[in-house]
Amino acid sequence: MSEAPGLPPLTDQFSQGYWNAAREGTLLIQRCRTCRRYQFYPRGHCVHCFAPDPEWTPASGRGRLHTYTIVERTPNAEFAADCPYVLAIIELDEGPRMTARIIGEAGDLACDQQVHVVFTPAGQAGVLPNFARDIK
Amino acid sequence: MPANWSGEVAIVGAYESARRLAPGLHPFAIQAECARGALSDAGLEMADVDGFATAASFPAEGAREMAVAEVAEYLGVHPRWVDGTDIGGAAPISHAGHAVAAIAAGLADVVLVTYAACGYSWPHGAADYLTYAHGPGQWELPYGPSTVATYALAARRHMHDYGTTAEDLAAIAVQCRANAAANPDARYTAPISVDDVLASPVIAAPLHRLDCCVVTDSGGAFVLTSARRAQWMNVQPAYLLGFGEALGQVSMSQMWPFTATAAAASGARAFRTAGMRPAEIDCAQLYDSFTITVLLALEDLGFCGKGEGGKFASAGELAPDGQLPINTDGGGLSSSHPGRRGALAVVEAVRQLRGISPGVRLDRPRTALVHGMGGSLSTSATLILGV
Repeated sequence: MSEAPGLPPLTDQFSQGYWNAAREGTLLIQRCRTCRRYQFYPRGHCVHCFAPDPEWTPASGRGRLHTYTIVERTPNAEFAADCPYVLAIIELDEGPRMTARIIGEAGDLACDQQVHVVFTPAGQAGVLPNFARDIK
Repeated sequence: MPANWSGEVAIVGAYESARRLAPGLHPFAIQAECARGALSDAGLEMADVDGFATAASFPAEGAREMAVAEVAEYLGVHPRWVDGTDIGGAAPISHAGHAVAAIAAGLADVVLVTYAACGYSWPHGAADYLTYAHGPGQWELPYGPSTVATYALAARRHMHDYGTTAEDLAAIAVQCRANAAANPDARYTAPISVDDVLASPVIAAPLHRLDCCVVTDSGGAFVLTSARRAQWMNVQPAYLLGFGEALGQVSMSQMWPFTATAAAASGARAFRTAGMRPAEIDCAQLYDSFTITVLLALEDLGFCGKGEGGKFASAGELAPDGQLPINTDGGGLSSSHPGRRGALAVVEAVRQLRGISPGVRLDRPRTALVHGMGGSLSTSATLILGV
């Protein structure tokens, strides 16, 4: 990703830990203390069983490229200078999916390719977790 | 077994604005044009209206959080029943379904549903994000989603899982353009080929410009009342036989599975309340924000099996002489898409049942399905009409 201004995430008391960890190179996800399932994006409860207060846990940072698009044109001015870029949905090895970009050449992308997290400086957004394909 | 309200409420007036580009006009003025047109079609006056529904919170629709109140004030309507359900392009179809409950319960006698937007000419630019960059949006917006991109994500996974091709998707755009040929109001009428779609610029791969709906300044409206009252009116009623709605995801990371939408639930609810099966539908107005929107709806509503939508479209089954003629006025892909196509889709379904479609006129259809899909494959409403 470029150092384009981007759109900074507006953090809150609840999410600040996630973004602080990203700056330290750690991807945090949540796990329910009751049903033990993982979830992303972070919430104050388990989205599966609604139990309160899920625990934060470091993710393996590994997953598969569930789907992606190469954005050639966008109406959203903050990202026009980034085009073309790869917007993707990653399925983490722990199960949940997250939105991110794929860093690197887009030429031979395919669904279900193995990917790993990388942390990308992104202007005023600070650091964003993104993903890159595993080296074969 | 149909629901006890099935067939008890009818659409007795319908109107679509012929406008496509209306620079300098505020969308509320088009709302008024559409209200007047639909009431006139029904032989009713504004003073007869005691239920009102609209959604107008998108920037190009001109209102903010209290959209339904803003538009009601502008029109000068004073309803005793109000619906401002705001679920994207599916909203007007939801309003129709909710109006059935209101009329059946005696909360309103005559419900006016209006819609208008200046999607093309709105002078105050706006991004197309569905959420703010805080809360759940902080985990998606920083990566640069756009509306087209979110639909492209679904198209890519469908291609991977089922072998759907760009040509399959293009066949949907080609059919809608062919349907628009006879429609004097359609935004575009010149025929296109699959090759034309594939040669148009890529917006968000695998979706091309011609996989995307047109953007217009326009609107539509319709009027509902009880079947009992309708039989004394000088109109051909279109009876509401079935209705269902459902919510999916807003953040794309929450879409699960990625090749099915809330249409599976809203469609099943619509068929169940109508006591009907997909094979009993003569024509459909399927939300066509993008070609992939139609393809997923075909499968989710049960017109073909999961994964078979591409073959269904490429085989010509969406043509006027196919299994399921769709979007007979040209749809959002060629005729008009000011912002929430749902209102115009209802109007075209009514026109088709009356034999007065401005596009392709089918041979006396008896049933029509109207399906709306809002947001980023987020929200769904399905209506079944019959005469």
